[in-house]
Amino acid sequence: MSTSTPSSPTLAEPLPTAPRGWHKLTRLIEPIVLLVPSGVWLLLLLVAPTLLILELSFIPGFRLGQPTGGYGIGNYLEIFRPIYFQVIWRSVLFAVGCTVTCMLLGFPVAYWIAVMAPPRWRNLLLVAFVLPLWTSSLLRAYAWITILRPSGSLNSLLSALHLPNQEWLNQTPAVYIGMAYSFLPYMVLILYASLEKLDKRLLEAASDLGATPQQTFWKVTVPQTLPGIAAGGLLVFITSLGEFVVPELLGGASSMTVSRLIYNQFLGATRNWGLGSSFSILMITGVSIAIALLLKYGDRDSALT
Amino acid sequence: MNSTIPKPRLKISWQSMFTLLMFGFMYLPILIMAIYSLNSSRFSTAWEGFSFRWYQRLFSDVRIFEALKDSLTVAFSAVGISAVLGTMMAVGLAKFRFPGKGLYKGVSYLPLIIPDIAIAVATLVFFSSLFGVLTPIVQSLNAFLAKMGLLSLPLPSLSLGTVILAHVVFCLAYIAVIVSTRLTSLDPHLEEAALDLGATPLQAFIKVLLPELIPAILSGCLLAFILSMDDLLISGFTAGNGVNTLPMLIYSRVKTGISPDINALSVVLILASALLALTSEYIRYKGEQRRLNR
Repeated sequence: MSTSTPSSPTLAEPLPTAPRGWHKLTRLIEPIVLLVPSGVWLLLLLVAPTLLILELSFIPGFRLGQPTGGYGIGNYLEIFRPIYFQVIWRSVLFAVGCTVTCMLLGFPVAYWIAVMAPPRWRNLLLVAFVLPLWTSSLLRAYAWITILRPSGSLNSLLSALHLPNQEWLNQTPAVYIGMAYSFLPYMVLILYASLEKLDKRLLEAASDLGATPQQTFWKVTVPQTLPGIAAGGLLVFITSLGEFVVPELLGGASSMTVSRLIYNQFLGATRNWGLGSSFSILMITGVSIAIALLLKYGDRDSALT
Repeated sequence: MNSTIPKPRLKISWQSMFTLLMFGFMYLPILIMAIYSLNSSRFSTAWEGFSFRWYQRLFSDVRIFEALKDSLTVAFSAVGISAVLGTMMAVGLAKFRFPGKGLYKGVSYLPLIIPDIAIAVATLVFFSSLFGVLTPIVQSLNAFLAKMGLLSLPLPSLSLGTVILAHVVFCLAYIAVIVSTRLTSLDPHLEEAALDLGATPLQAFIKVLLPELIPAILSGCLLAFILSMDDLLISGFTAGNGVNTLPMLIYSRVKTGISPDINALSVVLILASALLALTSEYIRYKGEQRRLNR
């Protein structure tokens, strides 16, 4: 890792004028200057706040400015009440559905760009595909409102084709469409990084040896890109699990998710900060487990690009 | 590898047709917004004639510009602070070994994975309990200052400043990750050579290491800038009453109903971010060229 640590014994001849202890002290200046400011920042604005909500999550029914009734695990027991459990279950279902949809839609796209498209176009095609990621996520969700609302463009099109109109806005289908739209570029980006490294000679060899395209795909391509598939799947799962904007704007009242529930506990009508904190801690724990899985089984290189 | 010149072989396969379809899926919503933004009708999806009225309304909307000003203030301040801190952190983590390094690294990557809502509520709780402690102190200090006939200090409250403090956390993480990736592909002997040739550590950092890192720092800054400009939750939870960033304004307008000037705003913002995206790609491309030419 750090081959340039300033402690290599052959080079560090102490200056004759400087006392030894002083030299040692000056050596500490550089790491302190480099690492302490951001360390303090993260400690104050990330670690301390997270520990604070961990504490709040153990105070049942904590509300701002009200006397509290001491510590307990009441907030965590609330999670198992059907009304809240349903919310967690729905969030997981949305995330799994979104991940599977993005995988099914994203793999052919990433495969075509990485393997089948002319090499000199590949970068350009990839950049063009993920370009919508650079636009505001709120406005991307808003675009789907204009398409899916009862008098929107989808229903205009369906009417013109004499097909029955669809009431998808503020229902589950709108959430799936919006989330797939939001996360498909991430999936393609990660799968592309993995497929690009695929040794194309293996594909040729397989077909030369008489494998059908299906066999080549399942026996060569998929095993070779499994770390990328795991990375893409887990990253899309994690991000969609915490998604707020799409279910909030496209899902209506029937699509309450964990993120929206936490939002309501802190800024909405109920304002139960203790309960909101326990959901927050639950979410952080879930995401951390997923990340631990990713680091163990996934392709770290493609996950970080 | 056979050495024959590859023929332009663009077969029509189902994968290519599917990819085309997915490109349509990605761009159709944007295209539809662009069309609506030029439609003079307010409610109907039917085309009622070409008009720039939504753009005119957008550009005469003072609140949009105030929100844009707040957003830009937050983004530029947070990215500026993070560029310095994040680069220093990445260099420090690459150079030194110390107890607790794994923990430090892990914590610094947390903002990349923890959902925004969890960071947002935690920061709100932190600020409100911090202000709960600070307010009496400032009040007694003010009482003392009043006796001395001096100016009183403002009471701590949520403001643009707290939004910036909170945004630095995630901007820092993204910039540090991108700079770290670049540092691992760098020759560690370059800086040593500079030091051996008599440069001070500061000179070696500024003249040797920093120029190598500039493309990575810039693309990190661009990413952080985009994320900061797009952030709704962290701003929403850490901004006080007077602050309204652009995403907060868009959110409240979209929640209250459809308004065609949002279409116009989308088109303007999409053009701006496409420009930024292309700039970032260009910087990345240049960086890669430099690396290949070495």
